[in-house]
Amino acid sequence: MEHATFQPIAPRPAPVRTEGVGPWLKRNLFSNLPSTVATLLFVAMAVWWLPALFNWGLTQAVFAASADQCQAARGSGACWGVVTEKYRLILFGRFPYDEQWRALIATAVMVGMVVVSCVRLFWKPWLGLIWLVALAVFFGLMFGGFAGMEFVATDRWGGLPLTVLLATLSIVLAFPLSVAVALGRRSNMPAIKTVCVLYVELIRGVPLISVLFMASFMFPLFMPPGTSIDVLLRVLVGITLFQAAYMAETVRGGLQAIPKGQQEAADTLGLSYWQAQRKIILPQALAMVVPGIMNSFIAMFKDTSLVTIVSLYELTGAMSLALNSDSDWRPFKIEAYIFIAAIYFVFCFSMSRYSLWIEHRLSTSKNR
Amino acid sequence: MTEPIITFEKVNKWYGNDFHVLRDIDLSVAKGERIVICGPSGSGKSTLIRCINRLEEHQQGTLKVDGVELTDDVKAVEQVRKEVGMVFQQFNLFPHLTVLENLTLAPMWVGKLPKKEAEERALQQLNRVRIAEQAGKYPLQLSGGQQQRVAIARALCLTPKIMLFDEPTSALDPEMIKEVLDVMTELAGQGITMLCVTHEMGFAKAVADRVIFMDQGQIVEENTPHEFFDNPKSDRTKDFLSKILGH
Repeated sequence: MEHATFQPIAPRPAPVRTEGVGPWLKRNLFSNLPSTVATLLFVAMAVWWLPALFNWGLTQAVFAASADQCQAARGSGACWGVVTEKYRLILFGRFPYDEQWRALIATAVMVGMVVVSCVRLFWKPWLGLIWLVALAVFFGLMFGGFAGMEFVATDRWGGLPLTVLLATLSIVLAFPLSVAVALGRRSNMPAIKTVCVLYVELIRGVPLISVLFMASFMFPLFMPPGTSIDVLLRVLVGITLFQAAYMAETVRGGLQAIPKGQQEAADTLGLSYWQAQRKIILPQALAMVVPGIMNSFIAMFKDTSLVTIVSLYELTGAMSLALNSDSDWRPFKIEAYIFIAAIYFVFCFSMSRYSLWIEHRLSTSKNR
Repeated sequence: MTEPIITFEKVNKWYGNDFHVLRDIDLSVAKGERIVICGPSGSGKSTLIRCINRLEEHQQGTLKVDGVELTDDVKAVEQVRKEVGMVFQQFNLFPHLTVLENLTLAPMWVGKLPKKEAEERALQQLNRVRIAEQAGKYPLQLSGGQQQRVAIARALCLTPKIMLFDEPTSALDPEMIKEVLDVMTELAGQGITMLCVTHEMGFAKAVADRVIFMDQGQIVEENTPHEFFDNPKSDRTKDFLSKILGH
């Protein structure tokens, strides 16, 4: 046999796809009969609906805060005037009108803190300290009662500050609790395991509304007479306990997915249980369930609207309150709903994008 | 003769109620001894070495490692694990940490070394397994052979007296087996006590002081590699050797 030398072929970049609009359309939108039909159907729907929607929402819409003009435009144009007229009531609920700047600043501080906490650069021990300061500022501004600021009790808090407060605190409290419960469910200690299983199964067996009712109306019955815990606090604890039970199962899913060898390697190296969880197991497990956890966070943000049923008027509740108390504007609920839906969307969509960014960051650095 | 570093006395273990995986194991390992354990799958050889650092618990008998008896006592387990390093078939590196972080984790958190010292020691061990240039990479960016060498270095960072190898080359591509065996051979020349579950008979012949053959939870035969391969005593051993050497 002849002597042959192996000549490796140098790697080349993959070919760049170059094609015009025509081939692209053909390949993606008109490749076969069903796809062509679907494309035409959607184009027809867009042609039918979009101009109508555009007319209703913009050209025919009433922006002035005039109920008469809105009545006149009814059926043909949207009444954004309801937002112009009621936005302070929708955003801040029954918070005293002249003091609403306090609620605005408090909300801005809270949202600002959440945004800052999302940036890796600020993941330092002092961030916790700043959170304490921010919370103090938030509650200081909301309660008032000093420096010439009128005292405002929690039953008059409402609108966006209440939504942001409930969502942020319940997320911040429920997340660590859920991790603890997830670890507890996998514990070798029967007592801890039983407690965690019972907790999760009990909470998952009842609707959030009933938890809120219990927190708000039944819990005080069991307290010694004369003692009272603020309804806001009780509701916050209720939401936290409820959501943590669901999230614990998500986290447990991540824990199950970690190969047994990781724990064995940690054991072999002499790491203690907590060291192994903290350094080895949880970082991998949590990274795996980021989408599920963010799902819970988003659900928590929107579920805060249920506290209306125990007379806490957060964003949705404040909107209903604002319109129901005024028969002139009551017919324009749809526009008001679209307004708060937009607010919810901004928050939830940001959370969703952040989750994608985290996922991307976690996956790019570890694999080839 | 000096005190043995590991002694099994009538050690028994069951998985569940009716799988008797270790049966009356008696074994003593001298300090610095290099032992290769082989046998068919399910014979209990992995379980045997996993009992030594208590990844598995034995139910009967006495097992002493470096003078400490392994019991439910957490302190005893802790102390034994300080002396025993282990290398797994599936490497079990921590994929979310870089190679260097994999190596410094235990020295910093268990050995309480300052970061700088831990990193120095880690680089020393990475040099020993000839892979220092990969310190900044993540495990999944390395080949199987490189990962296994990192795993060996990680175990060595705690300066163990005993090293356990649980089929360290079984998950590797054929081209990478040699680089791992070379590192292990080098290690064997440095006086560390080694117990190695493997089917690499060339390695056994070159390195082992003693070869142990297990079947059905029992030690069937133990001998020097020379005697074991050339003059096996039991029929079961002959049968096994003919199967693994015959092809």
